[in-house]
Amino acid sequence: MQWEIVIGLEVHTQLSTRSKIFSGAATAFGAAPNAQACAVDIALPGVLPVLNRGAVERAIRLGLAVGAKINSPSIFARKNYFYPDLPKGYQISQYELPVVAGGSVKIIQIDSNGNECEKTIRLTRAHLEEDAGKSLHEDFQGMTGIDLNRAGTPLLEIVSEPDMRSSAEAVAFAKTLHSLVRWIDICDGNMQEGSFRCDANVSVRPLGADKLGTRCEIKNLNSFRFLEKAIDYEARRQMEILEDGGTIRQETRLYDSDKNETRTMRSKEDAQDYRYFPDPDLLPLEISEDWIERVRAMLPQLPEAKRSSYMAAYGLSAYDAGALTATREMADYFENTVKLLPAQAKLCANWIMGEVSGHLHKEVLDIAQCPVSPAQLAGLLLRISDGIVSGKTAKDVFDAMWRGECDGNADIIIESKGLKQISDAGEIEQLIAGILAANPQQVADYRNGKERAFNSLVGQAMKATKGKANPAQVNEVLKKKLTE
Amino acid sequence: MRQHGFGIHPPLFYDLSRLANAMLNSSLKQLSTLLAAKKISSVELTGEFLKRVKALNPDYNAFITIDEKISLAQAQTADAMIASGQAQPLTGIPIAQKDIFCTKGWLTTCGSKMLSNFVSPYDAGVIERFNAAGAVNIGKTNMDEFAMGSSNETSFYGPVKNPWDITAVPGGSSGGSACAVAARMAPAATGTDTGGSIRQPAALCGISGIKPTYGLVSRYGMIAFASSLDQGGPMAKSAEDLALMLNVMTGFDTRDSTSLQRASEDYMRDLAKPLQGLRIGLPKEYFVAGMSADVARAVEAAITEYRRLGAETVEVSLPNTKLSIPVYYVLAPAEASSNLSRFDGVRYGHRAPEYTNLNDMYQKSRAQGFGAEVKRRILIGTYVLSHGYYDAYYIQAQKLRRLIAQDFAAAFAQCDIIMGPTTPTTAFALGEKSGNPVQMYLSDTYTIATNLAGLPGMSIPAGFGDNNRPVGLHIIGNYFTEAQMLNVAHQYQQVTDWHIRMPDKLIT
Amino acid sequence: MSLSLDDIKRVANLACIEVSETEAATALIQLSGIFGLIEQMQAVDTSAIEPMSHAQDVVQRLRDDTVTESDQRELFQSIAPKTEAGLYLVPKVIE
Repeated sequence: MQWEIVIGLEVHTQLSTRSKIFSGAATAFGAAPNAQACAVDIALPGVLPVLNRGAVERAIRLGLAVGAKINSPSIFARKNYFYPDLPKGYQISQYELPVVAGGSVKIIQIDSNGNECEKTIRLTRAHLEEDAGKSLHEDFQGMTGIDLNRAGTPLLEIVSEPDMRSSAEAVAFAKTLHSLVRWIDICDGNMQEGSFRCDANVSVRPLGADKLGTRCEIKNLNSFRFLEKAIDYEARRQMEILEDGGTIRQETRLYDSDKNETRTMRSKEDAQDYRYFPDPDLLPLEISEDWIERVRAMLPQLPEAKRSSYMAAYGLSAYDAGALTATREMADYFENTVKLLPAQAKLCANWIMGEVSGHLHKEVLDIAQCPVSPAQLAGLLLRISDGIVSGKTAKDVFDAMWRGECDGNADIIIESKGLKQISDAGEIEQLIAGILAANPQQVADYRNGKERAFNSLVGQAMKATKGKANPAQVNEVLKKKLTE
Repeated sequence: MRQHGFGIHPPLFYDLSRLANAMLNSSLKQLSTLLAAKKISSVELTGEFLKRVKALNPDYNAFITIDEKISLAQAQTADAMIASGQAQPLTGIPIAQKDIFCTKGWLTTCGSKMLSNFVSPYDAGVIERFNAAGAVNIGKTNMDEFAMGSSNETSFYGPVKNPWDITAVPGGSSGGSACAVAARMAPAATGTDTGGSIRQPAALCGISGIKPTYGLVSRYGMIAFASSLDQGGPMAKSAEDLALMLNVMTGFDTRDSTSLQRASEDYMRDLAKPLQGLRIGLPKEYFVAGMSADVARAVEAAITEYRRLGAETVEVSLPNTKLSIPVYYVLAPAEASSNLSRFDGVRYGHRAPEYTNLNDMYQKSRAQGFGAEVKRRILIGTYVLSHGYYDAYYIQAQKLRRLIAQDFAAAFAQCDIIMGPTTPTTAFALGEKSGNPVQMYLSDTYTIATNLAGLPGMSIPAGFGDNNRPVGLHIIGNYFTEAQMLNVAHQYQQVTDWHIRMPDKLIT
Repeated sequence: MSLSLDDIKRVANLACIEVSETEAATALIQLSGIFGLIEQMQAVDTSAIEPMSHAQDVVQRLRDDTVTESDQRELFQSIAPKTEAGLYLVPKVIE
């Protein structure tokens, strides 16, 4: 049987406010346990919540960025359950009437044939809620330790429709969203610190079926790799059960990254009855048109729009344009480079996605921390475009720039290391003449139809000049001489 | 009662008995004048009331905690304020605080075993206001556990007795505050009112009490029972005293989202206005079945008195008010069931001494920490919010709540103020209703609707019923008409003396 | 509607309150009486009425995003049943 995988995601993004969603305690990561848990956060008797404007504004930003409706009023509700990291015994969340309704996100992928394909993933909603504290399971006198510093940190839970059909699509969606929330500056996106966490709803159905299969929810996937692996494992698990004639039980599952498997956390039968009801301590949240317009005016150009503009202005592919708009810093870097070399946009794009990103990745750096500035990079790329250095040599120059040699000045590095390309026609003619004279056998082979001999002759020329001969010119002159 | 040791001994160089007798019925204004004129110091005044508390409390159980050291230190501070000319109207006056208000450094129990070890690390908004005003905290008063009760019998600290008859209940949940004022253990007290918890005990103990419009008194630090209904307010002998107390208690608090941002008012401003032309609405539903004959007689006499003062009466109708009790017993327990979830034995409060695992710790701590009535209401609330029942109960109750509020809006189109009995009967006997929750709930039949609507409600003494037990006259105003309500009450208290009567046996 | 003993136990479990058989049986009788009162609500047709959640028709006020609280852990934990190294301790949580 051919199966189709159906995936919907719920993404919890910690909003980058200074203070908590309902209290004036700080949200900074890494404080001593419970040092940032104030009276409201530890739910002392009598304390009350007051909503943080910054959290609401960030929700509006997301809503506008995904083309959603901003609900006004929206309502805060209590989700009741007992857990030691939930001090009030309820989580303040939104149930009916979330702050953001609808919207969509476009994802771009390369299919197995190497073609780019774009897909729209619809969003159901996004709602504001408070994060819980943390349970530390290290042994404290055989007990669990509770740290409530995270309790009350604002979260925007973004819920998608079940529009994804593979783990790759789910990852592409999660990455797009991840880049978007950082782009609009509502979340730092730090997955290690738990600022961006995904739950995946996974079901499978026979290909072509209309009806959705029974879904399982996999909780707390805090990396793209785990998201992908957990979905793949879960889909396979469900298919195997169905192929053996079994049925899927609707349940919540946990992904165990050590064993690469998902396991039951709780089944639907013992699913909690959360007893949602409107929080009587919080009044309806009204968001005026005026406020929405002020937020809209402050939004940066969105990645999707930027992507289109790169495609139109520089003739980049959607995929390349997408990669360059992964973060605002990346786009800034590209734009600051291409500004200095407007005619060489594709070269700039290739270098940023290639050498620059490769080096950053290897050293686990952010584009904002890149030791080679856009101006320095442009200085190097200029020398490629005007033939002073070959692309291959340029990589060595780039390495030197990365190491900070000669203050990252490409020209000085090229000069001091003598890496300047030999492009003088006379010099190259002379070089080729010498090579041909020294390698009669290869010349004969080539003339007898052995194409490979040509490459060998080019190699000899490059070797003789330590790679500095202009390869295009070498090719041209060789061809001319050999056919003479 | 918990007593903390003396730190400062009250001075004994003046004639205590003379002063004591004079002070018992003094109004807050009179006490303020005595203090301002340095006829007495706050330390002396506080010492006097502490003496009376210690003498009477063993019989009445009005206080859960007194702390002479803190009270007298506050009195010293007040005396310094007076000496430096910074006195405000309540500076130096001892006020009893209901044990529902978190009070820094004070045991704050809410009448529950759950909080029997809870020394509050912070002050409620109301407490901060009294502190800023230079008032002295004379002690924390007994109350029904988590304010759930109408007789003060659900307190973990035992029932409070009615000063008019020690075999009768004082009402609840602010029974300790009502008793403290009625027995003159404190000149005034604070209460909270979710369904009548200020007005019903005020009526049963023969004192005055007002629940302001929802949102006027900060709920910050006032341990929540039913958030959308809870409102703090003063309990005192007279309307004038209530006005002075309200001047301190009301006001915007940024920490309470439901606190209203309004210009501050002087609730004393209209006390002297004549009542000529006042239209008193008498809801026909209040004057039919349910009310006992002695209560009816007293209320009718009070209304006759009002006619004499120039008021006219009009019949109004509150057709949905009969649904107040069922609506209340859905909404209040629903909110309470959630509000009380924080009491889990993890961060403060009672934790069971023995348990097998986390869930067992929760189950046992809560089973041990909460009394029967609190558990009953948590169960009701949990049930009505649970899957499949929410619409039929919670949503239906919220819709009826709107109808009840609309009834009042219609009635206030025809009258300025609404009057009726505060309670259907005078104080009932201790133990009489404690085994029958439904009967107990019905004792709040006249007061609950105002909480549902968020309207201000007040009870003032209006005579006595059978067995010399006090009767309360219920005054309901439109939103934000507290000054007018106090005026209406004050004018009545100018021509009657019910409010300064006190049980003979308590006159020393 | 009539309550059952199972309802009482289910609800007590949701509310995390241990109840003995006797307590559950008593609660059933008392709650049945109270629900008898509550059922009066069902007689009214409220289909056209909006639910009323709050006593005042006002909207949520917003706080500026500023840090106003400082560390009071020591004070707060002085009243906690069990702490260590700044953490609140509870019986082992098993996930």
